Amino acid sequence: MELIKELFYNSGKPLGELYTWAHGIWAGWGAPPFLLDLIFQIIIGVAVALVVVLNALWIIYYDRKLSALMQIRKGPNRVGPLGLLQTIADTVKLMIKEDINPKAIDVLSFWVAPLIIFVPTFAVFLVLPFGKGLIPADLNIGILYVIAITGLTVIGILAAGWGSNNKYSLIGGLRSAAQIVSYEIPMMLVILSVVLLSGSMKMSDIVAAQANYKWFVIPQIIGFIVFLIVGNAEINRAPFDLPEAESELVAGFNTEYSAMKFAFFYLAEYTNLFLTSAIGATLFLGGWEGPFLPPIVWFFIKTYFVVTILMWIRWTFPRIRVDHLMEFSWKYMLPIALLNLVITAIVIKLV
Amino acid sequence: MKAKKVVKDQKTNKKEKTENMTIKAPFELEKLSNDEYILNMGPQHPSTHGVLRIILKLDGEVVKDLYADVGYIHSSVEKMCENKKYEMIMPYTDRLDYLSAVNYNWAYALAVEKLMGITIPERAEYIRVMLAELNRIMSHLLWYSAYGMDVGALTPIMYAFREREEVIDMIEGMTGGRLTHNAFRFGGFKNDLQKGFMDSLKKFIGHFNDKIDEYEALLINNVILTARTKGVGILSKETAMSYGVTGPSLRGSDCAIDLRKTAPYSIYDKFDFKVCTGKNGDTWDRLKVRMDEMRESTKILKQAMEGIPAGDIMAKVPKIIKPAPGEVYTKVESARGEFGVYIISDGTDKPYRIKFRSPSFSNLSVLKEIAIGSKIADVVAIMGSLDLVIPEIDR
Repeated sequence: MELIKELFYNSGKPLGELYTWAHGIWAGWGAPPFLLDLIFQIIIGVAVALVVVLNALWIIYYDRKLSALMQIRKGPNRVGPLGLLQTIADTVKLMIKEDINPKAIDVLSFWVAPLIIFVPTFAVFLVLPFGKGLIPADLNIGILYVIAITGLTVIGILAAGWGSNNKYSLIGGLRSAAQIVSYEIPMMLVILSVVLLSGSMKMSDIVAAQANYKWFVIPQIIGFIVFLIVGNAEINRAPFDLPEAESELVAGFNTEYSAMKFAFFYLAEYTNLFLTSAIGATLFLGGWEGPFLPPIVWFFIKTYFVVTILMWIRWTFPRIRVDHLMEFSWKYMLPIALLNLVITAIVIKLV
Repeated sequence: MKAKKVVKDQKTNKKEKTENMTIKAPFELEKLSNDEYILNMGPQHPSTHGVLRIILKLDGEVVKDLYADVGYIHSSVEKMCENKKYEMIMPYTDRLDYLSAVNYNWAYALAVEKLMGITIPERAEYIRVMLAELNRIMSHLLWYSAYGMDVGALTPIMYAFREREEVIDMIEGMTGGRLTHNAFRFGGFKNDLQKGFMDSLKKFIGHFNDKIDEYEALLINNVILTARTKGVGILSKETAMSYGVTGPSLRGSDCAIDLRKTAPYSIYDKFDFKVCTGKNGDTWDRLKVRMDEMRESTKILKQAMEGIPAGDIMAKVPKIIKPAPGEVYTKVESARGEFGVYIISDGTDKPYRIKFRSPSFSNLSVLKEIAIGSKIADVVAIMGSLDLVIPEIDR
């Protein structure tokens, strides 16, 4: 109990103590130390995977309940108390469904695509600061790593679009490539403004720079708004859900996918939603910082605050058209983000 | 010997079939340039609202050519009607357009009444008008929700269905049916006003105009939607007239033709309402016309509610419907446009020939004119703005 309290309220120090303590015993047995490191890494990996999956289960339920609230419906309320087990029921259904592989697919890219989309979302969790010191790997290029890894998603979507050998999928894949690539640039510019303010790309430093409630959302309010819009576009959610535009492209790049392969796309979509919100909360809303409650609770509160905004946008607006989408990125988002960066740089230099 | 012959026949038949298909195909694959490709939108597609197939010739996202392939759910209603007695045809008209069935009942009832020279009691006319206008509102509300889905907004449908449910409950209370009511009778209406109908109608009229404002704020005036629909799919007045486009789709092109006003049937000349028109004939104008029409329908409902007289609801009609030989064409303004019924009677209790003039068929034919050169997403938006109902196209 004491350990958990220490872990949640203070730094990752107890974790470090545990580590040295285990190493001592390990050395007493005469086993090579790298094996213990491996075990530690596996434990962290499993913990991250658990967070990803459990969080996805919850976030899907939350999305359905929130959309029901906005649409004067009741939402899932049959499976389990308040419908809480609905997502599990859906997952089980997807797992026992027949996995249909159309004849004309390109086998390799068809099979690999869900993995390419899913694995990066796992990997990004490694640098999320859940609490003080509660960060699986505090890289000194944390935010750069996030940008680099999430950029891989587009390959997966393209592979899915190409491998399905279906025109709807292909159009969806190509749309997605264009969309993600053009929205990545304003995204990077916005993140760069934050990096200018914090002076570091390390996630824990970015949070530390916002200590004492000097959250970056105040100096970077334009940046935050741009981040919300661009982040929404990056994860292909409405009004930017063109790659899977239901009324136009049936289901876009995942038209031909069924069963667990489809579940991967679905899971990745919601995990990406959480990720974008978590990064937004870390960069602009002070990360895990907050009074009274444990840091990890604050982290989730802030993240879900951003998630709610994104869901609210999703359930309100109609879909944007593909040429407007491009125009919006290059003519509005990019100049605004660039201007924001320049102004931030000048202000920092002057003050 | 015999078996062999049959096999041979089957083979030749098959060959003929494939030959026919190659002739029928709208675009020849060899003639496609390297940039172009064919995309089948439908018969199973989320935004064709039924079993309609649109074959698109695309260059990237841009539509170069398109061809609407209809007939997937052809059920030969007109032919079946020739073998039914006049009374038995009424339910078929319900099913042509299951979203505004009252108007279709009405057109058919009008035709038979005209053939037989029946005059309808005024109270029945009022009931008919009220139901028809409620039905128009219901149809437009469904169109609004479906249009929201077409353009990717998933919430408007729930708001529109909230009011649509009220309307359907009212209609159900009057007729017993929710979509297909079969409530019209030659010479009047099935039953008198039901208990509670007037109260719920009054309540509905009281708050519906506010709800329309809400719908407009939610979808029609949305920035993204106006950007997508203004200046897209422009249908000029001349094109619209030459293709026989009717209803809100025509009125969007600044053409004030509404049969309730220009060729008044029943008692529509007694009511004060405006024919709503658009200015530019683009997709947005067609949307706006429908929203305004719901307001006008509410106006008519209010007047009808206040002005309904006491009296009979059925005229004296012979037990067996046997119109004198002759032919008749009647038309009503349905939610989608001009719905016409043409009947040739040979003096028996079954019609010799029936032809339905369905508005969606003509409205669909204009799609090719206005959608070429736009994007895939626009085709969906334009098709939605024409408000098609497929069983009515295929009949």
